[in-house]
Amino acid sequence: MPVKDVCAIKDVCAIAGIGQTRFSRSLDEPEKALACRAVLAALDDAGIDPSEVDAFASYTMEETDEVEVAKAIGAGDVTFFSKVGYGGGGSCATVAHLVAAVATGQASVGVAWRSRKRGSGIRPWTSTAVQLPTPAQWTRPFGLLRPADEIGMLARRYMHEYGATRDHLFNVALACRNRANQNPDAMMYERPLTREMYMTARWICEPLCLFDNCLETDGALACVVVPAERARDCRHKPVYIHCVAQGLPAQHHGMVNYWNDDPLTGPAWTAARHLWKNADFGPQEVDVAQIYDAFTPLIPLSLEGYGFCGRGEGAAFTEGGALEIGGRLPINTGGGGLSEAYVHGFNLITEGVKQLRGTSTAQVPDAATCLVTAGEGVPTSALLLRS
Amino acid sequence: MTAASTAPASTTPGGMLLPWADADGAPFWEYAGRHELRMQGCSACGRLRFPPRPCCPHCHSFDGEWTLMSGRGRIWSYVFPHPPLLPAYARLAPYNAVVVELAEDPRLRLVGNVVAIADGPLNGVPADRFRIGAPVRVCFHDMAEGVTVPRWLLEDR
Ligand SMILES: [Zn+2]
Repeated sequence: MPVKDVCAIKDVCAIAGIGQTRFSRSLDEPEKALACRAVLAALDDAGIDPSEVDAFASYTMEETDEVEVAKAIGAGDVTFFSKVGYGGGGSCATVAHLVAAVATGQASVGVAWRSRKRGSGIRPWTSTAVQLPTPAQWTRPFGLLRPADEIGMLARRYMHEYGATRDHLFNVALACRNRANQNPDAMMYERPLTREMYMTARWICEPLCLFDNCLETDGALACVVVPAERARDCRHKPVYIHCVAQGLPAQHHGMVNYWNDDPLTGPAWTAARHLWKNADFGPQEVDVAQIYDAFTPLIPLSLEGYGFCGRGEGAAFTEGGALEIGGRLPINTGGGGLSEAYVHGFNLITEGVKQLRGTSTAQVPDAATCLVTAGEGVPTSALLLRS
Repeated sequence: MTAASTAPASTTPGGMLLPWADADGAPFWEYAGRHELRMQGCSACGRLRFPPRPCCPHCHSFDGEWTLMSGRGRIWSYVFPHPPLLPAYARLAPYNAVVVELAEDPRLRLVGNVVAIADGPLNGVPADRFRIGAPVRVCFHDMAEGVTVPRWLLEDR
């Protein structure tokens, strides 16, 4: 059967519920319990009984299997389950996979989640016993050990090619911190950031300092995806999933993307082409964006990739308060991975929902459209949400 | 090289990570052991490719050959990692890690370290000597019995 319409999933599904645990450097409960709490909170938010859940999606890095979540929350027969790879690149794809399942009738109530004790647990890069042979054999023996080192390499090149400065990266860190200072659930709620603090902070990997890096967080989040008509009967105003995309560019090599023709053109560009091809609106009509921010340089790279400015203009875009409330494109309005919580980007999805419900702690007036993105640099994904 | 290919935890006695090769990458490390920098090329269409893989993305031939490089390149980018790091690397921090683009094809890039001499430490060249575009040439450092990595020396100009 031929594909009738490439936009067959457009606005067909909605996010009807969101849930989260507390965010902290250290939570007592294990990841499995946190996962169950977040999932149950999201279902309660939607007003849907857990026995109705028949689809699950999460990350390959998620330690709690759908089997464990399903039996703990009392799900019924589950007919669709999926896991997406590449760490934070999979965040939006979990929702995208549920949309594909629900829109094609394979399931009717989907739950996506991420639970992670990255604050009190181990740092993945500290393992010397487990090395993925590709591409680690080309990087780790040379002391390029951590994601911060891998992105630092791209950041230095980006600064060299386009005249980006540390002040531009500070603009990103500050916008996220300012929003966190408005969000009582954010880990950095009571911790303002100044330019002086940023410029004198210790290095993590030159040219990146402490404040260019995301937080280390224990926490879990979840959301519920249902058909749009079902969402209209739920407790909250539906947030429609307008378009979704994943992105794996030609000749891409993961976070150490140093080997394609143009390493500064990352997966965001691929996801964006697909997203905007199918959307009813363009980047200029995006009211608010939640852009994956494990590291500050990912923001200018993503601003370019998703078409908010031209190639090489992402750093300059951050000037003049453009990323703040009232600016050209308010971003990461809960504080993002840099200042609310770093749970592989899932808090960006839930914050997008809050903005379109009108319930964010840093509400953009009359926000009707929101872009949510997943990790740039790794194979990625993105969502366009609308009210 | 066989040892490094099969050992699950591969570090030097001092804790430096050894390359853990896969089947595609093994020839690179074997040639490095002979102090030769060779890159995988396609026997059918002649194009070089990196990282190594089973077949040519351009013409889909599975016939490959390993072509000797001049060993010359330029710094494409560089970083100076600081702690927290694995202990062996933390002791050297801040050290350098670079990406070098090869003279034969600037799209062929290798992660490595700039050193003052082949067997010198990773923090042996002052930070102010680094700049993007700086010419470098390859040298080789034997990390352990049968395990050799390419490294880079700054050219005089
Ligand atoms: Zn070929």
